[in-house]
Amino acid sequence: MEVKGKAIQYGDHIDTDVIIPARYLNISDPKELASHCMEDIDAAFIHKVRPGDIMVGGLNFGCGSSREHAPVVIKEAGISCVIAKTFARIFFRNAINIGLAILECPAASDGIEEGDQIEVNFDTGVIRNKTKNETYQAQPFPPFIKAIIAEGGLLKAINKE
Amino acid sequence: MGMTMTQKILASHAGLEKVEAGQLIRTKLDLVLGNDITSSVAIREFEKAGFRAVFDTEKIAMVMDHFVPNKDIKAAEQCKSCRTFARNQAIHHYFDVGEMGVEHALLPEKGLVAPGELIIGADSHTCTYGALGAFSTGVGSTDMAAGMATGEGWFKVPTALHFHLNGALRKDVSGKDVILHIIGLIGVDGALYKSMEFGGAGLKSLSIDDRLTMANMAIEAGAKNGIFEVDEITLAYVNERVNRPYEIYKADPDAVYEKTYEIDLSAISPTVACPHLPENTKDAEELNDVKIDQAVIGSCTNGRLSDMAIAAAILKGKHVAEDVRCIVIPATQKIYKECIQLGYAEIFIDAGCIVSTPTCGPCLGGYMGILAAEEVAVATTNRNFLGRMGHISSKVYLASPAVAAASAVKGFICTPDQL
Repeated sequence: MEVKGKAIQYGDHIDTDVIIPARYLNISDPKELASHCMEDIDAAFIHKVRPGDIMVGGLNFGCGSSREHAPVVIKEAGISCVIAKTFARIFFRNAINIGLAILECPAASDGIEEGDQIEVNFDTGVIRNKTKNETYQAQPFPPFIKAIIAEGGLLKAINKE
Repeated sequence: MGMTMTQKILASHAGLEKVEAGQLIRTKLDLVLGNDITSSVAIREFEKAGFRAVFDTEKIAMVMDHFVPNKDIKAAEQCKSCRTFARNQAIHHYFDVGEMGVEHALLPEKGLVAPGELIIGADSHTCTYGALGAFSTGVGSTDMAAGMATGEGWFKVPTALHFHLNGALRKDVSGKDVILHIIGLIGVDGALYKSMEFGGAGLKSLSIDDRLTMANMAIEAGAKNGIFEVDEITLAYVNERVNRPYEIYKADPDAVYEKTYEIDLSAISPTVACPHLPENTKDAEELNDVKIDQAVIGSCTNGRLSDMAIAAAILKGKHVAEDVRCIVIPATQKIYKECIQLGYAEIFIDAGCIVSTPTCGPCLGGYMGILAAEEVAVATTNRNFLGRMGHISSKVYLASPAVAAASAVKGFICTPDQL
């Protein structure tokens, strides 16, 4: 599976409170929630994001609260993949469980700049930067996790069993 | 190669003799927890996936604590969906207004957590129960839904950092200062994907409340879980509350740790984490130039009876500084009642504080103490991220109940010694 889009870049320790502030957690509708995605650190995000775009973070992306609303709003906003140096572990689980593709790749996180055109192949873990004509290698998912994503999330995978 | 305490609990719940770091396993769950925010999402996913019944009505806990008593109509609807589901599914451990408390203070108090158990919770501070020698970790709502349906969860076996504690705490220093000190030492991702295992002779100087505070904030170092060796202090606490058999796990003598840290408890001073990350730690004494608008004493980190006792001892006969709002939130109904019986509530009110029914409210900027632009709070809570407690230009300093209470009196960050 392959996705492509432009890079939208953030720094280290992007926490779930800035991805979706707690004051909106009384909202259940994912679309309405997504309209507040990243607003405390980047009010322009929701206006500049286009379907397929790729979010790039630094260290410890998604740290903080366990709110699943965080990967949900990123996915709902149209982001096809998040690339970071490292992910906080609950965010990592949640992203897999709800079917948001994520890849750990320090070289891509360092090499990619805001606006670069990026292509990602999840089967091989190859990240291609079309703007800079660079490629970066991420570790592809282990089969266990691939199976969850292939089924469309954890609950569908369990149901199939 | 031996196993850590965490690895042993994971192995036993996976039905395996042995597990190794990095291994993906599926385990039985002893308890699945959710709150009003995360359970409502989990319930929707549970029903959408077509599950009909929970795996065990005794092994699920739902605590209405984040936006409860309902802060608005939307929050009320979320709680209503939890209440309806809990009643329909006959979930035994459902805690609503009148019984509820902040979840991670409530579950240990109710005896729902025992050493050696494996607990997941759709709340990042679920790691709190490691204080009692359990493996407990935060997950999301989908994991909660899957756990409620199957009684199982998937995990990657973590490596571990060992914290070897020595010495004894100094006056006015508590578990909060120790864990802030450790997060300052290793950073907010210093334990990413790993266990933090605490042991050593210094344990003797840490009460259960100190340990609950420390394990609670393991997530603020990125850890999968924090866990304490079980000793007589643990057993004294657990045996008063838990009526079922449980197993005590000890790390093998040849357990492999990525790193061991020697922590001298007697060298730790009252510590504060400055905005906007819990790793930005400084000695409280260095921060006398930080004026505060609000002090919050409570939360799953520091809303227990000993925290209330510390705050009351400092606030007794004193008054909070002019233009400072001091919000005291005992974490459970039981603690709230004890605060009344022991005279703490009167001390707080006479000092000009408000004393609230249990809620997570202000900690996550939900309600009950939101900050305006540029305002500064000192809080005994666990996170000081940008905008965490209100406006994005507001600031949160994390501290112990002793420092928060003293700061409320002075109007700037200080230690009790400076009063």
